Amino acid sequence: MDFDNTVPIYLQVIRQIKSDLIQGNLQLGEKMLSTRELAIMYQINPNTASRIYKELELEGICFTKRGLGTYVTEDQNVLITIKEEMADTAITQFVESMKSIGFTKEDVVRLVEQHY
Amino acid sequence: MLIDCKNVQKKYLSKTAVEDISIEIEKGKIYALLGPNGSGKTTWMKMVAGLSKPTSGYILFKGEPIGVKSKSKVAYMPTEPFYYNYMTVQDVGKYYQDFFADFDIQRYNSLIERMELNQKDKARNLSSGLAAKLKIAATLARKAELYMLDEPLNGIDIIAREKIITTILEGASEDASIIISSHLVDELEKVIDFAIFIKNGKVALQGEAERLREEKNASIVELYKSIYA
Repeated sequence: MDFDNTVPIYLQVIRQIKSDLIQGNLQLGEKMLSTRELAIMYQINPNTASRIYKELELEGICFTKRGLGTYVTEDQNVLITIKEEMADTAITQFVESMKSIGFTKEDVVRLVEQHY
Repeated sequence: MLIDCKNVQKKYLSKTAVEDISIEIEKGKIYALLGPNGSGKTTWMKMVAGLSKPTSGYILFKGEPIGVKSKSKVAYMPTEPFYYNYMTVQDVGKYYQDFFADFDIQRYNSLIERMELNQKDKARNLSSGLAAKLKIAATLARKAELYMLDEPLNGIDIIAREKIITTILEGASEDASIIISSHLVDELEKVIDFAIFIKNGKVALQGEAERLREEKNASIVELYKSIYA
């Protein structure tokens, strides 16, 4: 994975894990890598790797089974929330960039119709 | 705290290699010691390894002065080779096993395999890249509390760098700290907990990598450029 040095590393890996979930590379209920394996896979600091799991846990995306490791949640709703969140980020960026080059709402809607 | 280094200075007859360095190394973290050649990184590491003594100031390892005890817990990899040229890769393993009680020969053998080195090869016949890998395998096969790697990525191609970083990450644990000196900042950006920038024998800047990025709104690579440009 190519990293962008201007965005915190843990956020970039979280984004990647979320998109793995949406794309089905990572399944609900599946066992996740250990923090060390995660660190080695992304070639990142092990403490950053534990932070990533902590943040994902706070968002309800994964949970820890004592002594067994970290698992992806089995809650379908989490997938929906992630999708909505990603859609929101994408649409906000899109609308902003269209506005910045002077397109009106009507222009944008017309173009979306044409391209979708 | 693993290492407590306070106001350390190192003078030679005609020049001052280290002007004034204060650094604290905590357990279980990965540090980058950054700076161009001649900034004092190697001189500082040699003092922590117990190979030379500060002119003034002090360095403590777990509260005690650097000495026999700290040397048995600190695995230091210098830039120059530390084995004899007539040795084979296998001999280097045995030599290290004799020297260090914490040396794990099985770990060494598996690292030698990963680095694509041949046990029968003579050290003198190794290319500079392979010689660098041999040094790293020998150093990281110890079960030390502190690993100090002086320029481990120098002269090593991109593919091998990834293997070396993986090996370093495997060696990292809650009980071991790692200090990596380098001027290849890019390679270390994602790997480190803490960055220490050395300039002209002094600490120009130090801090948690993630916090530095946030506070200065710049990557470690960008900070490096702004400090040494």
